[in-house]
Amino acid sequence: MAESHSGPNGASNGVLDSRVPDGPMADKWTDHKFSMKLVNPNNKRRFEIIVVGTGLAGASAAASLSELGYRVKVFTFHDSPRRAHSIAAQGGINAAKNYTNDGDSVHRLFYDTVKGGDYRSREANVHRLAEVSLNIIDQCAAQGVPFAREYGGLLDNRSFGGAQVSRTFYARGQTGQQLLLGAYQALAKQVAAGSVELYTRTEMLDLVTKDGRACGIITRDLISGEIAAHTGHAVVLATGGYGNVYYLSTNAMACNVTAAWRAHRRGAYFANACYTQIHPTCIPASDEFQSKLTLMSESLRNDGRIWVPEQLDDARSPDLIPESERDYYLERKYPAFGNLVPRDVASRNAKTVVDQGKGVGPLRNGVYLDFSEVIERDGHPAVAAKYGNLFDMYERITGENPYAVPMRIYPAIHYTMGGLWVDYHLMTTVPGCYSIGEANFSDHGANRLGASALMQGLADGYFVLPYTIGDDLAARLGEPVVPLSDPVFAQATSEVTDATQRFLSIGGTRSVDWFHRELGKIVWDYIGMERTAAGLEKALSEIPALEAEFWADLRVSGSGANLNSSLEKAGRVADFFELAKLMARDALVREESCGGHFRAEHQTPEGEAQRDDENFAHVAAWEWHSSDTTQTRHIEELEFEEVALTQRSYK
Amino acid sequence: MSGANDVTSQAGQTSQTSQQSHGRTLSLTLRIWRQDGPDAPGRFHTFDAPNISEDMSFLELLDIINERLIEGGDVPIEFDHDCREGICGMCSLMINGRAHGHELATTTCQLHMRKFSDGDVITVEPFRAKAFPVVRDLVVDRSSFDRIIEAGGYISVNTGAVGDANQTPVPKEAADTSMDAAACIGCGACVAACPNSAAQLFTSAKLAHLNLIPQGQPQRWERTEAMVETMEQFFGSCTNHGECTEACPKEISLDFIAFMNRDYVKAKIKNRKLTGQS
Ligand SMILES: Cc1cc2nc3c(=O)[nH]c(=O)nc-3n(C[C@H](O)[C@H](O)[C@H](O)COP(=O)(O)OP(=O)(O)OC[C@H]3O[C@@H](n4cnc5c(N)ncnc54)[C@H](O)[C@@H]3O)c2cc1C
Ligand code: SF4
Ligand code: FES
Repeated sequence: MAESHSGPNGASNGVLDSRVPDGPMADKWTDHKFSMKLVNPNNKRRFEIIVVGTGLAGASAAASLSELGYRVKVFTFHDSPRRAHSIAAQGGINAAKNYTNDGDSVHRLFYDTVKGGDYRSREANVHRLAEVSLNIIDQCAAQGVPFAREYGGLLDNRSFGGAQVSRTFYARGQTGQQLLLGAYQALAKQVAAGSVELYTRTEMLDLVTKDGRACGIITRDLISGEIAAHTGHAVVLATGGYGNVYYLSTNAMACNVTAAWRAHRRGAYFANACYTQIHPTCIPASDEFQSKLTLMSESLRNDGRIWVPEQLDDARSPDLIPESERDYYLERKYPAFGNLVPRDVASRNAKTVVDQGKGVGPLRNGVYLDFSEVIERDGHPAVAAKYGNLFDMYERITGENPYAVPMRIYPAIHYTMGGLWVDYHLMTTVPGCYSIGEANFSDHGANRLGASALMQGLADGYFVLPYTIGDDLAARLGEPVVPLSDPVFAQATSEVTDATQRFLSIGGTRSVDWFHRELGKIVWDYIGMERTAAGLEKALSEIPALEAEFWADLRVSGSGANLNSSLEKAGRVADFFELAKLMARDALVREESCGGHFRAEHQTPEGEAQRDDENFAHVAAWEWHSSDTTQTRHIEELEFEEVALTQRSYK
Repeated sequence: MSGANDVTSQAGQTSQTSQQSHGRTLSLTLRIWRQDGPDAPGRFHTFDAPNISEDMSFLELLDIINERLIEGGDVPIEFDHDCREGICGMCSLMINGRAHGHELATTTCQLHMRKFSDGDVITVEPFRAKAFPVVRDLVVDRSSFDRIIEAGGYISVNTGAVGDANQTPVPKEAADTSMDAAACIGCGACVAACPNSAAQLFTSAKLAHLNLIPQGQPQRWERTEAMVETMEQFFGSCTNHGECTEACPKEISLDFIAFMNRDYVKAKIKNRKLTGQS
């Protein structure tokens, strides 16, 4: 390890001010809203805010900020705001409405989220999230989001991801789509009103700072190739997660870390990079050209039974394997929770059996999820009514009928809890630069609960950032934006132009996708479901070697002056290389297991994650120096006033 | 479309992968439209694609062809895609003359090669419609859809200005039908499939989603007028062919078009009344 180790946990003692307000937990946000400075309505239009990203977080923020009167410019590399990856979320969105009268409350949602995050999140943020969850549902319903309803016309709820209360709101299996359409429509309303300027197919490639403060961005128009600068009083990054560093993931193909990473290189600390979430029920890859993995809803585990053959490398078809030769390993190891153990536990156990050679399917890379028992018990129609869509989707992809043959599933990367470090105001360590949604590290600690990402994205965008940004801007009233004629813009523009040109001029032999796939294999093998010091060291030697090859042997054909998706991808993969190294370092220093970060060296005798609260109850936030030196690790100590730290147990 | 300037190249050479794959493999010939820009002339290029695993999706087939093109120093084919699970509406393509190919209720990204036969010749073109100009190769510009939404495809409630969600019950049937309409992914297949390049199916789906529920009532008539008239600025007119719903990956029903037409007539009357003109 090259970085400076001055503190007890390999951490240097840089001070990160989280700006968490004083006072009792339940009153912090309310009191803070009152004490924050306001910008009066007439003055708001004197501020220009740049929002990058139009997913749930970005679209909701851009719409809300412009409703308040700020002048907003919003950017997306998609052809329409409505295409953002948020559209793919299926399951639902949590809110502590307690409409089902089953004992839910803000406190319970807060508590569940802190516990679910394995005690690695900031309590005050999580409490605020639980508080504003109530407003989100009201807002979305008023926008016309067609949530599922009961016969009386009131909103329906279901229990999701192992929660003990029914607090999940949903719109069929398309909750993300419907919430995003709501936010997109709110944004479209503001675009039509002339108060938001929308830039589609425009990718942010750099953050511009002046005297340490964010003052704009550099973009590339993906159609014309034009590189341009934009100035603003503040920059909001709502650019999503970095799951695609693994190449194969459940994320949309274009998801990437570039916006966050370029901000990191300009001074924004990157936090908890090693916290990534694996989803246990995805369809296994069928061949090397597999381009992405499809998630099968977690709800399937309510009725499906997971098993593998006892025998190694058993090539028999599943119906020929007698009961006595099947290992229902989750039911065996966790009699109380059985197939419903949390995501990380289910995932790790699948990996264990597949690594033992008990995997199923042509590539021996899956485990069975078997519905024969429930079909026999409840009948085909009942199962079809409950899971019909999912079964159809499975059949479409695999060509196998899950009513007749057990599904094959395997874990895949799904969500990234790490991201840009932000304080209570959602501001990064670069003043004037904010980060919201999956792009920041904030609310999920080391593990995100189901149906909580949509909640966080909309909380940040509708109900948190619009307040907190005002407090910071109020002090800058009367300050003009940095003019585009300022040398900082020319400098950044020419750096981006050179970087773009560089990809085109390497003239090697291999495609970007080839490098991305190879990188993904390393990251999955060593920084995936289970990490070891030896594996992480290996990753830290293999990644730079592949990265060097990338810079020597990449081939991007075509030009920079028109639509060129290989060129776009090249920049994204270049950033993934740097991110992957940080993930490995972050994982190596964190000598404990928590949530999605499982270090094989740190487990209980039963094979469960073993936290080390004494030494690691903190956020690790990394500071960039240069391409040639490793980042410095700073820590933010986490204090738990409300929730007592306990070890999870699902036995 | 003439194939006069056909160019032939090799693609999808035997990869170890397709040999390992458990299913059948196919040998295919692809005729793919290439066009450098909106005003450049286009032409078909022909590619041989041997040993294609039937487990691959159609877009993965294009990925393979692109890998080969890059290896050979050529410029890969541009095509739109993102989620690859049938929800973002980004993928498109006319495959053998059908929007999203021949499978019903399926987006191109969810179309798998097992639906094709060995030896097939497959023609791949961009969506064709005046309102969807070609950007490059198979990529088209569908932003005219966004203009329709901006015209009124929203409910004007500002953030924070609302009461508890359950204060406005929504009859379950209305909510369900609204959701049927809201399932539209904005892909534009309906327009591409329509002989008139009309956008009635998309517009009616977006409009019905909001007009069917209580929250959408205050702006129902302005919304209807504005969305329909903006649609007419960009798109052709509907002559009830029904090709749209056949091509629609989300099986949006023609009933919504009838609903929109009724609402449009009513809107004309209502608005005239409101402005004291009737
Ligand atoms: C298959 C799947 C199912 C899921 N289901 C659920 C669920 O049921 N419940 C739940 O709570 N969560 C779920 N999640 C997680 C959740 O969907 C995401 O975490 C969340 O939607 C992220 O929203 P976001 O706004 O932060 O980012 P995104 O929706 O990813 O949006 C990012 C935006 O930023 C833009 N962008 C990015 N980089 C740039 C750049 N450099 N320049 C310009 N624009 C840029 C993109 O164009 C896009 O508009 C699911 C995730 C997956 C993968
Ligand atoms: S109506 Fe159907 S075909 Fe038309 S845009 Fe919507 S989903 Fe696509
Ligand atoms: S790529 Fe998203 S719908 Fe096809």
